Amino acid sequence: MTEETTDLPIVPPDSMLTNMLKAIGLLRESPVGMAGGLIVLMFVVLAIFAPILAPFDPNAPTLPFAFPGTASPDGGVFLLGTDHLGRDILSRIIWGGQRVLFYATAATVSAYIIGILMGLAAGYFRGYQDEIISFFANVILSFPIMVLYVLIIAKVGSSGLNIVFAVVFASSPGVMRIVRGVTMDIATRDYIAAAKTRGEGSWYIMLVEILPNARGPLIVDFCLRMGYTTITIGALGFLGLGLPPPDPDWGGMITETRSYMTGGFAYMAIFPACAVSLLVLGFNLLADGLREVSLRD
Amino acid sequence: MPDQDEVPVLEITGLRLSYYTRAGEIPAVMDFDLKIAKGESVGLVGESGCGKSTVANGIMRYMGNNGGIVGGTIKFKGRDMAEMSAEEVRRIRGNDIAMIYQEPMASLNPSLTIGVQLMEVPMNHEGVDEEEAFKRSFDILIAVHIPDPKRLMDSYPHQISGGQQQRVVIAMALLSKPALLLLDEPTTALDVTVEAGIVELIAELSKQTGTSLLYISHNLGLMLEVCDRICVMYSGEVVEEGRIDSIFSSPTHPYTHGLFGCIPQPHANKNARPLSAIRGQLPLPHQRPKGCYFGPRCDFFEPGRCDQELIPMDFVDADDDPAHRVRCTRWDEIDPKAFVSADVAEAREVIPVGETVLEVDNMRKYYEVKDSSFAAMFTGGGNVQQVKANDSISFRAGEGETVAIVGESGCGKSTFAKVLMGLETATDGEVRLSGTDLGSIAVGDRTPAQLASLQMVFQNPNDTLNPSHTIGYQIGRVIKRFGIESDPAKIQERVYQLLDTVKLPRAFATHKPRQLSGGQKQRIGIARAFAGNPKTVIADEPISALDVSVAAAVTELLMDIQREHRTTLVFISHDLAAVRYLADRVVVMYLGRVMERGSTDEVFAPPYHPYTEALLSAVPIADPQVTKRRIVLTGNLPSPLNPPKGCPFSTRCPRSLGRLCDEQAPPVQLAADRHAIACHIPLEELRKVEPVFSTPNWDLGAAD
Amino acid sequence: MPQMILRRIGMMVLIMLVVGLLLFMINEGDPRLIARSVLGPYAQDGQLDAWIMQHGYDRSMFIRYFEWVARVVSGDLGDSIIYKRPTSEIFWPRLANTGILAGVTFVIMVIIALTLGVLAGMKEGSPQDRIISVISIATTSIPEYASAVVLAGIFVFWLGWLPGTSSMTSGFNVVELILPVMVLTLYGFGYIARMTRASMAEVMTTPYIRTAILKGLPYRHIIMKHALRNALIAPFTVIMLQINWLLSGVVVTEFAFGYKGFGALLLEAALRRDIFVIEACGLAAVFVAVFTQTIGDIGYTYLNPRIRFK
Repeated sequence: MTEETTDLPIVPPDSMLTNMLKAIGLLRESPVGMAGGLIVLMFVVLAIFAPILAPFDPNAPTLPFAFPGTASPDGGVFLLGTDHLGRDILSRIIWGGQRVLFYATAATVSAYIIGILMGLAAGYFRGYQDEIISFFANVILSFPIMVLYVLIIAKVGSSGLNIVFAVVFASSPGVMRIVRGVTMDIATRDYIAAAKTRGEGSWYIMLVEILPNARGPLIVDFCLRMGYTTITIGALGFLGLGLPPPDPDWGGMITETRSYMTGGFAYMAIFPACAVSLLVLGFNLLADGLREVSLRD
Repeated sequence: MPDQDEVPVLEITGLRLSYYTRAGEIPAVMDFDLKIAKGESVGLVGESGCGKSTVANGIMRYMGNNGGIVGGTIKFKGRDMAEMSAEEVRRIRGNDIAMIYQEPMASLNPSLTIGVQLMEVPMNHEGVDEEEAFKRSFDILIAVHIPDPKRLMDSYPHQISGGQQQRVVIAMALLSKPALLLLDEPTTALDVTVEAGIVELIAELSKQTGTSLLYISHNLGLMLEVCDRICVMYSGEVVEEGRIDSIFSSPTHPYTHGLFGCIPQPHANKNARPLSAIRGQLPLPHQRPKGCYFGPRCDFFEPGRCDQELIPMDFVDADDDPAHRVRCTRWDEIDPKAFVSADVAEAREVIPVGETVLEVDNMRKYYEVKDSSFAAMFTGGGNVQQVKANDSISFRAGEGETVAIVGESGCGKSTFAKVLMGLETATDGEVRLSGTDLGSIAVGDRTPAQLASLQMVFQNPNDTLNPSHTIGYQIGRVIKRFGIESDPAKIQERVYQLLDTVKLPRAFATHKPRQLSGGQKQRIGIARAFAGNPKTVIADEPISALDVSVAAAVTELLMDIQREHRTTLVFISHDLAAVRYLADRVVVMYLGRVMERGSTDEVFAPPYHPYTEALLSAVPIADPQVTKRRIVLTGNLPSPLNPPKGCPFSTRCPRSLGRLCDEQAPPVQLAADRHAIACHIPLEELRKVEPVFSTPNWDLGAAD
Repeated sequence: MPQMILRRIGMMVLIMLVVGLLLFMINEGDPRLIARSVLGPYAQDGQLDAWIMQHGYDRSMFIRYFEWVARVVSGDLGDSIIYKRPTSEIFWPRLANTGILAGVTFVIMVIIALTLGVLAGMKEGSPQDRIISVISIATTSIPEYASAVVLAGIFVFWLGWLPGTSSMTSGFNVVELILPVMVLTLYGFGYIARMTRASMAEVMTTPYIRTAILKGLPYRHIIMKHALRNALIAPFTVIMLQINWLLSGVVVTEFAFGYKGFGALLLEAALRRDIFVIEACGLAAVFVAVFTQTIGDIGYTYLNPRIRFK
């Protein structure tokens, strides 16, 4: 009997940590993805250290209508100016970012948990489970998403928790669809048949055998969805359905200050608009980079 | 015979082709010479990754975004193609040089009719009008023996069968009467009986039109049927070339010789003359050794000589073939007898067949194809159609016995495996394992002992292991589930033992599947199947996705473990050569039904079922001494949704008796004790049929 | 084929009925809330009860639902609480306004997106591909309310070229349409362009394109005849789905520019609990979305011969 393997280099095993390091290492090969990652990282750092990094109290009125660069009467500089009530725009953007990231993460993670469980069940069991789950997903997805948000928030009122609830309700069907598709594909693989022939239970197969192999497309979609949820939270704020004032909320900041654009105070609305776009851009670029890297190998 | 004085159709000298990756330039083909005269057909043979398809792309000057021609010249009819403008190259493509590819379905545009795709060739190259183009396309479809060409012209590619698609691709290539035709594995994606028809067509057309052929394949048997000369490639180089008879009768390079040793030829036998696999595996392109690339796998490797500089081609004076060349420093020192001794590796004991372990009795598996969707309930859709995936399957297998289930795609052999494993339950009949009926017990309801006693080796090496988990976890999980061990240390020990059994290093336990080669993954699949000491193992095409040299090693491993554990093996395959080599008993299936079953010797000799006969005739045999009777089937495989009323094979059967066969299911006739043939033709008639193969000294009974 | 169309339409009706039920339950599930929003915050309990009895709201919700369905199908959308007029009088002109805005945007967006997508996907990895890809990611990252502010800052307050609101107070004015269309297009085209690019790039690597190239066909012919036909099948569905997203964007954009469309109407109604108007707007939005999706599905099967001639 001959042997096929004698002179193979022995490759060290992968640990979770090396896997993650490898992913970051790979991301370095996609400059676009790297840029996105850095943008997101910047907002995360700003959010975590908001109490230290924000130069002013975001809700304290000081000097109204101060242009960017104006010195504060109490020392310090309003780098991005103040709004019509004299609140420092930079501080409000930093604190607003913290809230956006918090609610977006909470909502997206919750939508993912529900979407993954539903998608696994629909894609693995097929049959009537799939029919029922997919039908209700179709019903929810038939609503133009902003119409759905307006209907829900108008009904239940606007609060952080309700926004999370609305986002979960509206976007878990989308997650479910992706997971369902990937699950259907993976369920036909031989290693799933092998797991069945050693008597594994359905949820073991779904969670241990299928889910880890679906992570590629899911991670990419997660980043995109984080971006989209950021947009949504801002949009709700913009429409006046967002987080209750006076706490800063990027969308709300735009609406509040929009009427002062005529007077040459366009910066009040433009800075938060830029903040939203930049964070979303970060998520989108990160998703694109991850997709590129994951397709390559 | 090709004319020597004329300018060759194609002349390649010193060709070097490379791909550019993130890791840098990777040479794909090196130092490649080839001359093809008018009307000559040359074969390019080698395992996957040896660069044979890259050569064809290089000739077409179609190397993609990341490939390029690095050195050497390609002359077409004496003109250097490198000096041609892009426009000139375009005019040569499809006009003077045409190409035929592996996947006929994929190479036809799905949204254009076949007529449009054919007609645009003469319209573009010769500027003929639509009417003339239609006429030419119509004529060429007749030339490739397509029935009802008029209807076909208006069809879309997905509406016709794979065999017809490939005929269309061939027709498209021949439309402009090219001087050179490149064929890249043109039949690999097709069933054997369809392949036989295509190969015959190619040989016929090239003779008629005088077109030169470059035929690329991994199958040495096919080469024998089509080619005048062949080049054997290994890791980007030609290692041996010459006239086909010369290469087959005096293979000189150790690799060429090794290849022949890996093919289950008619004289091979699992006990008396086992296959001798080539050890190791093909080097990755960026890890090629210095000197001879085959060195690390070669039995005649000599340090200091074989691992120095690039080895040039050298002329071999054999079988009056002045052009027989080999790339080996030691070719004239190696005693051909040394190959022979390696060839007849130790003969093995015949394992006696024990008591019956697996009994399949009149098993049926019907699927109902209906629209049961939620929406259909409201809109009143839903026709129920029955597909008889398996109909009345019966056979027995004893301890230590190998039973092969043979058939082409769609014959129901995979459904059968699913029923055995409990992934599907039988509609009717019994599947008894050691006396217990498992046919109606779904996999989820089987006891761990039942699960452990019946395990499976899967077909696709890239699919058989979960990419997210380590090898150790995947084997250990089986041990734990079957309750063989529960202590983690003992599980680990057992995993190591199993890795030893399949001859893989223990370090693989911590590896992920992507770090393994295809052959290694199949070995892990075997280890996993044998982890619970099963009574019966079902192997569903376990080697069909592997290269010949690797397949031989995996086959031998499977045989060894089976021998040691006295396991009953159900070997599902479409490859009759492999089946004849390793099976004790054979079940031939067609459209869900058993056509013939019996011992291997009985099935491979008359009386045959006409389908078995056709199937045997279709198998390419890489041995020039074997002559076979040609039976080429016409027609397509009927749809399982709409099978023929009588005998399922009646629509294609060359021996059909007419209405009787068309309208009545055939009786099962016993030719010997356990040799059954389902056919209307009386046994006496079937006994009179000549054997498909005849060889001067082919000794089937070598086992005794 | 006809059976498939029938089934799709059946599915559409079913979804509309379920969506209708949801809308109905949210808005008219609790009769006291309706009475309260109709009669105002100062009405007495007795008045509420009398109103409920008088309008038949004391009956089971399902009976009321089926009556409601019958009324909606016959075109009776109820009376607006705010405007004190039949909802249909307010609703249809608003929907028409939105139709103009969305229609113009849709045409411009699709033309830009398909052109850029095909150009990028034709040569994957080329500079033109990279530039187009980055542009489409960047523009999809700017939500409508952000670009509304930024574009208004540039074109209205800095350059002074365009009006800042689109309320069309002095009759229909194309100029007032420019900013909303820009905003919607900017956000929407990138996604379609990227899908088209991906589809085109995939088609260009298929074996049948290799066949076409190695048949010696001219490049133009390969792109126009062999590649485009297959590459545009997938984006077609995406484009149809995009109408759903466009309606989302319309809500925000109409609010941003004071455009009198159905989105602004919905928002106003939702904030002031004008239930019949909410129902009308919700139904209309879902109908348009489901209808275009159905067209998308049917069109996909029609465009794809692999499914069409099964």
